[in-house]
Amino acid sequence: MLIKTLSNGFDHPLASEITPQAVYSGRRDMMKLLATGAAGAAMAGWASREAMAQTPRPGKLAVLAGGKSAVQGAITMEKVTSYQDASTYNNFYEFGTDKADPARNAHTLKPTPWTVEVEGLVKKPAKYALEDLMKLSAMEERVYRLRCVEGWSMVIPWVGYSMAELIRKVEPLGSAKYVEFVTQADPKTMPYVGSRVLEWPYVEGLRMDEAMHPLTLLTFGMYGEVLPNQNGAPVRLVVPWKYGFKSGKSLVKIRFTDKEPRTAWNKAAAQEYGFYSNVNPTVDHPRWSQAAERRIGEDGLFAKKRKTLMFNGYEAQVGQLYAGMDLKKFF
Amino acid sequence: MPSAAKVLLHPAAKPLVFVLALLPFSWLFYGAYTDTLGANPAEYLLRSTGDWTLRFLCLTLAVTPARTLFKWPALARFRRMLGLFVYFYATLHLLSYSWFDMGFDLEAIVLDIPKRPFILVGFLAFVLLTPMAATSFNRAIKAMGARRWQMLHKAIYAIAALAVLHFFWMRSGKNDFGEVAIYAAILAVLLGWRVANFMKKRAIPSVKSL
Repeated sequence: MLIKTLSNGFDHPLASEITPQAVYSGRRDMMKLLATGAAGAAMAGWASREAMAQTPRPGKLAVLAGGKSAVQGAITMEKVTSYQDASTYNNFYEFGTDKADPARNAHTLKPTPWTVEVEGLVKKPAKYALEDLMKLSAMEERVYRLRCVEGWSMVIPWVGYSMAELIRKVEPLGSAKYVEFVTQADPKTMPYVGSRVLEWPYVEGLRMDEAMHPLTLLTFGMYGEVLPNQNGAPVRLVVPWKYGFKSGKSLVKIRFTDKEPRTAWNKAAAQEYGFYSNVNPTVDHPRWSQAAERRIGEDGLFAKKRKTLMFNGYEAQVGQLYAGMDLKKFF
Repeated sequence: MPSAAKVLLHPAAKPLVFVLALLPFSWLFYGAYTDTLGANPAEYLLRSTGDWTLRFLCLTLAVTPARTLFKWPALARFRRMLGLFVYFYATLHLLSYSWFDMGFDLEAIVLDIPKRPFILVGFLAFVLLTPMAATSFNRAIKAMGARRWQMLHKAIYAIAALAVLHFFWMRSGKNDFGEVAIYAAILAVLLGWRVANFMKKRAIPSVKSL
């Protein structure tokens, strides 16, 4: 409609626009201000917003607490999606193509014992037992927007640490330009591995600078607990500025290469899913528009969809990675 | 056991089929009202109304072959109602798309139809269905003449093809053709039977003319 109403949804500002950068960096001072009650009315809003970001634990799985993150853009102030929705509406084709399938079928996955192999162009290739990988760096809570290529979105509090921590430990060679993420493909525990929808195992990839970006999260938990199987237990990737399918679940191999990895969806339909797959409202998927999205559990049946933000609202943090690139060509 | 004809001609048969055909709608309406359609009710309604349109299309096209094969001429009295239910669920499907997906933004819908081939194909099927639904009463047949009326209603075959193409294109983004194949196979059998029947009918007079 030409006439805009409240129900048209609203453009959510970048987190960095809500809170001035000076306030971010001077957080301790501000906490003191808040504690002494000298903050004034303008700051009260900030305090209550932060309180909203704390989500109650669902009480279903083992606790996995994450500390505060100092990474910019790590915590969105938006309303967190319910655990019920986030754990029953999943795309995890190894367990079926319907979004209700993974929650029904993924109980067969055994997240322990688990090992992740780091190989390829690195000085220190290694096989990490899950326990060791979890101890490699301090766990942080990151509340990220998740935008699916299908046009829906969620806000999920993940627990993990920046992928960069692991990359620094294994010391990639100068020739390593890309990181390939290979996910579990076990026909015994994953009933739909072998279906013709995709080539198995599901492989994803990032450019080295994307993998090194502090927002790229090696993820072990969500909502203060370990990952449910259907969300990619025991360890997955979360790349918040890319469409959800770029974030591989149940990782078994991290491989450093000099060539752009052939990713699963790109192999299945190259004209529809590019290697980059950055969230971009101006580049439509051939069969649907990417300009808007429906926030699961929040935008009612009759509400207009909300506008999708460039790089899923993380433009301030990641925009410079793609400076000078034609994003219509490298979609 | 009562004969098939007796059951089919029973005065309660038509109201019963009518109520049965409304069950999916009632169930979806109830689910939407009580918010039990899962995390994405808009998507659920959009997909379910599409599924039910295809199912009623199959049912409608199955009437004539079933009537002939099982020698149940009385089955014909349900065909029009079933056909109108195809239109009913197609309308709900279009309404779900326009409302839940596009927020009744007419400008955006008009731009969306030619941009996305699968939407265009689905919309075309709906456009073709409309005159069929509009001429489904007895006086329309009289006014048009049976021949012309029948010609118009042959559009259902084109609609069936468009509906499958619409579904195929929608699913092709995910390489997920299992369900598409089932509907395509059912419709192919139903159309194939008609072609075979037509050839047989044509073959008989040509034998006689020898």
